Amino acid sequence: MRFIMKRDYYQDIRLFKYRSTFFWYLALVIGCFLAPTVLDDYFISQLTFICMYSVATVGLMLLTGYTGQVSMGHAAFFGIGAFTSAILSSKGVPFVLALPAAGLLAGVVGIFIGLPALRLSGLYLAIATMGFGFIVEEILVRWESLTHGNMGMMVDPPSIGPLLFESETSYYYLTLVILTLTILAARNILRSPTGRAMIAIRDSEVAAQAMGISMAKYKTTAFAISAFFTGVAGSLYAHKLTFINPESFTIFVSIEFLAMIIVGGLGSIHGAVFGAAFIIFLPQLIIMTKDYMPKYLADQTGLDPVLYGLMIILFILFEPLGIYGRWRKTRFYFEMFPLYKKDTFRREKKYFKAERH
Amino acid sequence: MSFFEAQQISISFGGLMALNGVSFEVNKGEVFSIIGPNGAGKTTIFNCINRYYDLDEGSFIFKDKDISKVRPHVVADLGISRTFQNIELFKNTTAIDNLLLGRHRHRRSNLFTEALFSPFVQRQEIDSREKAEEVIDFLDLQAYRDQMVAGLPFGVQKTVELGRALAMEPELLLLDEPSSGMNMEEIEDLAFWITDIKEELGITILMVEHNMRLVKEISDRVLALNFGVVLTQGDPKGVLGHPEVMQAYLGDEGVSITG
Ligand SMILES: Nc1ncnc2c1ncn2[C@@H]1O[C@H](COP(=O)(O)OP(=O)(O)O)[C@@H](O)[C@H]1O
Ligand SMILES: [Mg+2]
Repeated sequence: MRFIMKRDYYQDIRLFKYRSTFFWYLALVIGCFLAPTVLDDYFISQLTFICMYSVATVGLMLLTGYTGQVSMGHAAFFGIGAFTSAILSSKGVPFVLALPAAGLLAGVVGIFIGLPALRLSGLYLAIATMGFGFIVEEILVRWESLTHGNMGMMVDPPSIGPLLFESETSYYYLTLVILTLTILAARNILRSPTGRAMIAIRDSEVAAQAMGISMAKYKTTAFAISAFFTGVAGSLYAHKLTFINPESFTIFVSIEFLAMIIVGGLGSIHGAVFGAAFIIFLPQLIIMTKDYMPKYLADQTGLDPVLYGLMIILFILFEPLGIYGRWRKTRFYFEMFPLYKKDTFRREKKYFKAERH
Repeated sequence: MSFFEAQQISISFGGLMALNGVSFEVNKGEVFSIIGPNGAGKTTIFNCINRYYDLDEGSFIFKDKDISKVRPHVVADLGISRTFQNIELFKNTTAIDNLLLGRHRHRRSNLFTEALFSPFVQRQEIDSREKAEEVIDFLDLQAYRDQMVAGLPFGVQKTVELGRALAMEPELLLLDEPSSGMNMEEIEDLAFWITDIKEELGITILMVEHNMRLVKEISDRVLALNFGVVLTQGDPKGVLGHPEVMQAYLGDEGVSITG
């Protein structure tokens, strides 16, 4: 005889497994919404940039951190999104349409860029996507009738119906809402078959195929989703800066995106946001550390990029699981105090895979 | 017409003929074992079925359909699942997530309903979990459900891999050396499970195995392979006692039967 145990599987598929987690996130959201009441415009502007970049890094995280496909060409999707939105807006298309259109066009281009990923992996894919980035940059420069080339384009602050997002605070709220929707969509995809298929491809392509997962379908899907979010971020970027030109979408931006997700911690959505926050605050951090340096050193030209690079290197060396990994360890330490064992996280490996075989 | 059939399959790597005109038939509901020394070409048969390699000649027929030209993931979609000789789990996920991946071919949702996590997707997730939990109960994996597979003992990883293949609800199950690296106790469990899979779940099994006791105990029919050529096939006793088979295992270099 067999006893059927009744389990409540609904609990397993909830976004927040525990009630306490839900309240922490609720507190975070409320905190973010109240931030403008205590912070000055400069700081709010920085938060806006974090939200905006986070939309892009969540997109890149899905591709690189979860599907294991490196992209050095995400600046191109960012640029495609920015220019699509700018051009449509200049033709009178309302922002509520221009924003998704920016994401969709980037997504469609993403499908095509995903095709080489069927044959290439690791460093080879990185180089191929980098080449794609150069091509898009070149197109943005040359297609002057559409993009105004190096002269760039002016972009109006967006409005939705009667709402005009011109002040720092209003634009901050706009990006915050879009970031929240982005994270929700990403989390939902990750707890569904598509997200699991992406993770499967990251961990073992051979086994993924044996599960019935089509490489062609899911690699291009991953590229498309990733490019979509990055395109949306590009649209937000264009309307925030109100001026864009192709120079804003070079290989350095692609590398910056990668640095964000690696520093934040590959394979976690938290990491995508932490990483964006860290890299955006890094210049400030550098200015702050300068106060503690001897004057002759602090005044050296070229110090900033060196410190910038150094901090990233130190992070990857000493915290390969990124800021999110550090945060989890710290939290775990306090939860387990005084039982914490040093070896607990030893087994965890980096998700990032440069090359297979 | 037989359930699964290999017709005169051949493949070579460079100059090496890994399989040379191999033919066999698997009947529905039986355990069919393939034995042979290391390098005989056993795993290569599986890799060809899964379409990781292209056959040079011959074909595989599954339920009257030629599956030797389809794309790799279609093989699983048609109802053939497998385990690997050198474990191929999704290492950075939990045991339950691995089993849920086995459910992939049964999904009915698309990207858009998933992004919204619509009630339909929720329903599907709950169904998948119910199915995965059944497999967990069947294989006694309760203790490992939410653990990262990378940290699990070898034998448990093999069991999770078997579970993942079962979660697919296949019609044909390919097992590549399921007992290798397992201890005595685990092998005993394995023998029971395989018999249960055949008898209770009605799944046909094609198995590569080195443990001759296990082969003898649970196989309906056995095929012996050496250097990519079929030595003999038939009932377990006859094949294991066949002089050429004993020669293949014990001859020349004295290749160990469990190696
Ligand atoms: N991808 C490959 N490239 C070259 N040679 C291979 C490849 N796969 C298998 N072989 C060779 O084919 C032969 C059969 O291998 P395999 O099927 O793994 O043997 P086994 O019977 O031990 O499973 C071996 O000589 C092996 O070296
Ligand atoms: Mg083998």
